[in-house]
Amino acid sequence: MSTTLHKKTVETRANVVILFAGDSGDGIQLTGSQFTDTNALFGNDVSTFPNFPAEIRAPQGTLAGVSGYQLHFGSVEIFTPGDQCDVLVVMNAAALKANLTKLKKGGTIIANSDGFDKKNLRLAGYIDEADPLTDGSLSNFNLHSVDVTKLTRTALEGTTLGMKEKDRCKNMFVLGFINWMYSRENALTEGFLQRKFGKKPELLDANMKALVAGYNYGETSETFTTRFEVKAAPMPKGTYRSITGNQGTALGLIAAAQKAKLDLFYGSYPITPASDILHELSRHKNFGVLTFQAEDEIAAISSAIGASYGGAIGITASSGPGIALKTEAMGLAFMLEIPLVIVNVQRGGPSTGLPTKTEQADLWQAVHGRNGEAPIPVIAASTPIDCFDMAFEAVQIAIEHMTPVILLTDGYIANGSEPWRFPASKDLPEIKPNYIKAPNDGDKFLPYLRDERGVRPWALPGQPGLQHRIGGIEKQDRTGNISYDPANHEKMVHLRAEKVARIADRFKPIRLDSGPAEGELLIVGWGSTYGAIRTAALQLQAEGQSVAHVHIRHLFPFNKGLGPLLKKYKQVLVPEMNSGQLRQMLRGEFLVDAQGLNKIQGMPFTSEEIRAGALNLLNA
Amino acid sequence: MSTTNGTISAPEKVDFSSDQEIRWCPGCGDYSILKQVQTLLEQSGKKKEDVVFISGIGCSSRFPYYLDTYGLHGIHGRAPAIVSGLRSVRPELTVWMITGDGDALSIGGNHIIHLLRRNVDVNVLLFNNEIYGLTKGQYSPTSPEGAVTRSTPMGSTDHPFNPLALVKGADGTFIARSMDRDPKHMREVLSRADAHRGTSLVEIYQNCNVFNDGAFEIFTEKATKPVHTLFVEQGKPLTFANGTKGICIKEMRPRIIDIGPEFSPNDCWIHDERDNFKASILVRLFDDAHKEGAFPRPFGVFYVNDRPTHEDKMSAQVKLAKEKKGVGDLDALLKGEHTWTIG
Repeated sequence: MSTTLHKKTVETRANVVILFAGDSGDGIQLTGSQFTDTNALFGNDVSTFPNFPAEIRAPQGTLAGVSGYQLHFGSVEIFTPGDQCDVLVVMNAAALKANLTKLKKGGTIIANSDGFDKKNLRLAGYIDEADPLTDGSLSNFNLHSVDVTKLTRTALEGTTLGMKEKDRCKNMFVLGFINWMYSRENALTEGFLQRKFGKKPELLDANMKALVAGYNYGETSETFTTRFEVKAAPMPKGTYRSITGNQGTALGLIAAAQKAKLDLFYGSYPITPASDILHELSRHKNFGVLTFQAEDEIAAISSAIGASYGGAIGITASSGPGIALKTEAMGLAFMLEIPLVIVNVQRGGPSTGLPTKTEQADLWQAVHGRNGEAPIPVIAASTPIDCFDMAFEAVQIAIEHMTPVILLTDGYIANGSEPWRFPASKDLPEIKPNYIKAPNDGDKFLPYLRDERGVRPWALPGQPGLQHRIGGIEKQDRTGNISYDPANHEKMVHLRAEKVARIADRFKPIRLDSGPAEGELLIVGWGSTYGAIRTAALQLQAEGQSVAHVHIRHLFPFNKGLGPLLKKYKQVLVPEMNSGQLRQMLRGEFLVDAQGLNKIQGMPFTSEEIRAGALNLLNA
Repeated sequence: MSTTNGTISAPEKVDFSSDQEIRWCPGCGDYSILKQVQTLLEQSGKKKEDVVFISGIGCSSRFPYYLDTYGLHGIHGRAPAIVSGLRSVRPELTVWMITGDGDALSIGGNHIIHLLRRNVDVNVLLFNNEIYGLTKGQYSPTSPEGAVTRSTPMGSTDHPFNPLALVKGADGTFIARSMDRDPKHMREVLSRADAHRGTSLVEIYQNCNVFNDGAFEIFTEKATKPVHTLFVEQGKPLTFANGTKGICIKEMRPRIIDIGPEFSPNDCWIHDERDNFKASILVRLFDDAHKEGAFPRPFGVFYVNDRPTHEDKMSAQVKLAKEKKGVGDLDALLKGEHTWTIG
């Protein structure tokens, strides 16, 4: 083997964007996530973007059925999954057709030639079944056509598996080959396979063989003369793990419940892309986590309200259409003034919309979407790691201020992953519930007697002398008894609004993500556009532009420093994956002439799109 | 603690009543139910703070405000879900759920069936008045077909639910019926419901004297009650009409028989509330009472089943998880399964 090895040259790259694509049954997500974990373990900074169809098994070979997994890894800091790919790995013709525009000029294509037979070409819509692998149309790219199917089958000769099962190992062949190409070892994936197939020795053996065969193919094949090396990134010292946004959300919720010394009750109804939070939480019952798969979205939130009433932290999550169903119950939680966290993992809308694609179009729904005046704090996570921090903060605000809180994430960061230098539990703040143990007005208990922050006490059932009745009907100040008195209603509307407004008192001073404290242009982002905006802002600053970037975590109420900050720049640009919802809010609140940069394609911004939008404004 | 509430409560009953003025219409059947519940609570020896009343929306759902226990007046139809969450985290509390025919069977239909199949431990009082009262007189999912109401001037075109057949279909574990005009019977049934672990559903025929007065007259008035009602008792034969008639099962079907020279009470079906099959028949005795040869309407406890409650199964999983994995270690959780160290 060493005789062949010396022929290969090794080139170093600072960062690489690779996109794996194939049929939704090809195991693409697994291949991508394994290669991600391998690189993260090696010490690269990484960012990923899984992109898959809504159908579990869309018609094979069609464009509709293409599943993709994009990974950006590097020896430098990485903020996005990358605008364009250096390498495109495609398992069939449809995968190539759907993704070729994402490949850089001169980029590398590794294609499974078996996926380019006449049927696949026809299904992918290649005119006259012209094969792009052989007709010269890909001459601008570095094309490697490999018969992965045949090579996998050859490697598995002698096993007792049927042809279909053998073909299911193709993704491991590809992964082995890519590991070779980027000078990575198979070890992490081997460990994964042992855990996954430990009880099925035949499948374990076959997948291991395919993985090794792919690696060896790189080593021995004459066609591949170059392998690449991406050195470890200069990440801050510490211990890391890889985490997706939905995992981050789940862990943040558990951590906060632990810090509040409360059981966590999670009521939810399965919905893409929020279900993984339910899956993750249901694995951690030993933390006092109770998961309840309710009969519908309304029952999901209502059960969480019941749990909070009982003294746990009630949590529910969904995506836009499910959140719409929860609206009435959010109003109830608002009136009851009990802790509750509602997570919206946003997807493309309206209605069923684009279930597996990403969007930020539920901001107004979160801020305004209730009957009557029912302001609820709204906060948003910007990266997979930030999902942890914001989920923690959502629980903290809910418990300490006796209010429902809405946390917005989206499909892009929920499914994306990045390396996380996880905190130690001792460094997380304690959360202090506003319990009451004895009557607060002589021998009487007034459930709506507020403290200086406007927060009412939390009296749990079972405590003698604190029996009280609460409900969604307008209530008298202090006593909570039913009241239809006109002046009292107005007073209560104000009291509840003030309580929520005062939550801004706890926020840390607003901080620029990058750029000068005043100048030409401020880019204001929120949520998952963070990576693309940060990358673009750093580049513009490097190019000498007077551009700063602020990323808003608290969408309602706003940070008190936001208004003054906006005034320090001549222009304000608000990139959003919607038609301009935050922009309108900023205009309404602060009377600034904020401009929008809007993309509503179910796909995240590229940093280049942000940069171009900013330049457009600067040069206007 | 209590001051008002003089309309219905005898002095010794004040303990469980709240200081809130009762706002049901004078003459409403709800007063009778409230009184029986208060009496039962006082006799039960439970502490006020350990009892929670959860309701939805409707006339009946104002019930929690009138008791000096913990209470949550929820939103329309969702009380079963609120109860499910509360029971999951506080299984030691006694929880009652107050609902009506619209709240439970129309807007909350999807929740009540799931509450029943999960068998959450709660006493559900379904006030059935066959009308929408709080919205002023529209037909409900239990109004008979043809019912002329404010929203159906030409008569309702909807076929009504048979509530207890629905409950049986959803595998309810305690199924009973009573009526506002028979306080003693109601108290006995409520007491049984309270003792049962699991979802105890009691349908209570409740007169709305404003919008649907007399809907259950045929079952409640002295003159017609004996012939049209059947009060079932454990181990006793199904007889009615002052013992002159009975019900037997012949060729898999219930039949009315005359007690006399030909048949004795021993020929009747003996009520067994543990019998799943018989309960399925009992809940189906739902004839239009005004029709010739109609079966009498049964009252009492139809069915009891002791399968485990949802919250017990949930707690058992948490306990098992703690035994197997140990009580959650937050640092281990944050660390996860794979880590790497830099520097």
